[in-house]
Amino acid sequence: MDLTLRVWRQPGPTVPGRFVDYPAQDISADASFLEMLDVVNERLSARGEEPIAFSHDCREGICGSCAMMIDGVAHGPVRGAATCQVHMRVFADGSTITVEPWRSAAFPVIKDLVTERSALDRIIQAGGFITAPTGGARDANEILVAKDAAEAAMDAAACIGCGACVAACPNGSASLFTAAKIAHLGALPQGQPERSRRVLRMVAQMDEERFGHCTLFGECQEACPKLISIDVIARMNRDFLRACTSPPASAW
Amino acid sequence: MLTLQSRVPPGPLEDKWERHKFDMRLVNPANKRKYTVIVVGTGLAGASAAATLSELGYRVVCITYHDSPRRAHSIAAQGGINAAKNYQNDGDSIFRLFYDTIKGGDFRAREANVYRLAQVSVNIIDQCVAQGVPFAREYGGLLANRSFGGAQVSRTFYARGQTGQQLLLGAYQALERQIGRGAVEIHPHTEMLDLVVIDGRARGIVTRHLLTGQVQSHVGDAVVLATGGYGNVFFLSTNARNSNATAIWRAYKRGAAFANPCFTQIHPTCIPVSGDYQSKLTLMSESLRNDGRVWVPRQGGDARPPNEIPDAERDYYLERKYPSFGNLAPRDIASRAAKQVCDEGRGVGPTGLGVYLDFRDAIERLGTRVIAERYGNLFEMYQRITDEDPYRVPMRIYPAVHYTMGGLWVDYNLMSTIPGLHVIGEANFSDHGANRLGASALMQGLADGYFILPYTMGDYLASARPPAVDATAPEFRCAEAEVADRTRRLLAIRGTRTIDSFHRELGAIMWDKCGMARTDGGLREALAAVTALRAEFWRDVMVPGAGEGLNQALEKAGRVADFLELAALICRDALTRTESCGCHFREESQTADGEALRDDERFSYVSAWEYAGPDAPAHLNAEPLDFETVHPSQRSYK
Repeated sequence: MDLTLRVWRQPGPTVPGRFVDYPAQDISADASFLEMLDVVNERLSARGEEPIAFSHDCREGICGSCAMMIDGVAHGPVRGAATCQVHMRVFADGSTITVEPWRSAAFPVIKDLVTERSALDRIIQAGGFITAPTGGARDANEILVAKDAAEAAMDAAACIGCGACVAACPNGSASLFTAAKIAHLGALPQGQPERSRRVLRMVAQMDEERFGHCTLFGECQEACPKLISIDVIARMNRDFLRACTSPPASAW
Repeated sequence: MLTLQSRVPPGPLEDKWERHKFDMRLVNPANKRKYTVIVVGTGLAGASAAATLSELGYRVVCITYHDSPRRAHSIAAQGGINAAKNYQNDGDSIFRLFYDTIKGGDFRAREANVYRLAQVSVNIIDQCVAQGVPFAREYGGLLANRSFGGAQVSRTFYARGQTGQQLLLGAYQALERQIGRGAVEIHPHTEMLDLVVIDGRARGIVTRHLLTGQVQSHVGDAVVLATGGYGNVFFLSTNARNSNATAIWRAYKRGAAFANPCFTQIHPTCIPVSGDYQSKLTLMSESLRNDGRVWVPRQGGDARPPNEIPDAERDYYLERKYPSFGNLAPRDIASRAAKQVCDEGRGVGPTGLGVYLDFRDAIERLGTRVIAERYGNLFEMYQRITDEDPYRVPMRIYPAVHYTMGGLWVDYNLMSTIPGLHVIGEANFSDHGANRLGASALMQGLADGYFILPYTMGDYLASARPPAVDATAPEFRCAEAEVADRTRRLLAIRGTRTIDSFHRELGAIMWDKCGMARTDGGLREALAAVTALRAEFWRDVMVPGAGEGLNQALEKAGRVADFLELAALICRDALTRTESCGCHFREESQTADGEALRDDERFSYVSAWEYAGPDAPAHLNAEPLDFETVHPSQRSYK
């Protein structure tokens, strides 16, 4: 395949960026999108030019590193797939493909297609856990978890923390990410003692990180490589309201 | 010459760990906060260790080259985690898990370590459930199990096909909790580039910040490496692209012995290479071999589509060679057999490096619906990558590098030959011998991090009482200068060949001559080729960009430079071990019918290589393996 890439190049966080066109010729239709970028980068390197910086690691859709807007769509045209799981055969030969980093106030560009996503870690730090220090756990089978509760928890826990939900949201909200963790832990009996405290603290942190508010556009669930449903946001909102109306004395 | 003291406690196998826990010295709670432990790597082993040490009260500095601890490659583990819970009442026990692991490792692991692993396996599941890991459940709410990797009991716990992800997120959340409390100092985007040893003890590391290029020292009372395996020496593997050997390799060059480097596991069922652009290989669960039949055409060069080749002209070679195990032959056997038929020119697919895994008969017998229930998600993953429908056309598979059993040598306390340097998870060599069983990597990573290191670390600190040092010590200054100098040298070469072209060539050499089958002649050729390639790398590599700011090419260049050195050590280890065992198949050492032939008389030991300087060959030390409980036997699958 012969393609043209229109790629966002930005040397550093404080330097303005711009689109640069690169020919991507003789690309195998069986290559993944990242492998196509590897080929382009190796050709740039051979000429002594700086390759396009992009985040990537596992290349099987689970680590959440890769993160690109491809023709304006987070992770590109394949539903339920991260950028690394998109293969070139889905593009038409001869097409021009626009590649940009995530765009969000909370995800500043570091270089080219690489953004800083540590805001998501700080939301987890605020309360995305069950307090269970190593060593004190009782026998695992003493905690019964109904099968459907375990399945619901797993559906939400599948989140890979890539930030596509934020990038896709017109408001730049991290609600799907935050709510997925709240739904995962809230579905389990182990997660109940901290349920109110968790939602209050995580939502407060989300606001502090300059993520926008959720107005239920639903773009996030379309962009999510794990197809996490916005049902989890309803769950978060319910937990939040409940926690606000009857705050446990110990929460603050 | 090193003295390798395994420090295995005396007494009966079952009591060693309990007794050792009592014998170890403790650090007073008020004193714990005076000690700083540096943990490098945030996969299962690193994250669980950092969180637990911090919960105990130590000051923890945690280093990762990722943007977030959650990206570590443990996240990609699919199948499950073993534990000797015997919840299924099918006769499992700590002893059985211990025995299976020792035997699976072809009798090249330390009994005491493996027994302890089996013991703490049960605690891991309790801990993970308490954290909210959403393991699969039965309708009554109890935990579900499945069998795995040919085990005769169902002892594997799982969370769909994302067990590694869920276990890592559990450890990551525990770690983030400690970070949020200010109890762990986390350094993302930070790569360890050297270990600092002062007065014979590991006292810190030197790192490069990947976004600014800043070279920095981190001082501690002990250092823990949890930096994973080195499968990417082979260029193509199932490892993540950034997984590398740099941390353990720099530690090796500072005096830590490297154990069994040639024990590299090759997994039989991966999607084959499809072209030069290929960047990594994707594993397809081994469970597919329960219903799929493996074959190649009888005649080499048979270009007909597979469905047009009649049965009489197919060679179901696993069924032919191993009638009793057939398509379920163990990983090492199945991998070698696939290589053999491809070497004969009978491989399939565009590259000729592939074999068919055919579901035609299973679909005829069971129907498409049953096959879809069992393997639907795997078939979909396969189709997404290859654009071929495995319900209609046989899958193509080929073996790929997957895991490294070798790693830095550690004693029973998980401490390397450098006092104060501890090594956990895949980065050490400790528990899997010459072959790892399925669902055991997650178990080992979490055993080390949650339940073993936090105890042994206290013993080390209480006994050693490391004196105060700071980053102005000449050893730190010197290491910083060396790191900066190396970066400058890499950038100054400005040669004509890309970094990937060297890495790819290195991978091809290692795969051909030090992969699934090894010979004396081949290994010598590989050694010579790797040495020449290394010289060419330092003469002619092109590393674009600058040392300040994000430069992914520079990161890669440093890692490939280390792979080039490590590759030579792997070849030398493979050369000296003239027996076949587990993953390590020396063609000179096989039975009359072509099976691996172990030589317990001469090779019942751990090889521990000691760095002897840039121009001298590494020195081989041997830790003899004594089997007091299990008697080594010959494996047979005919």
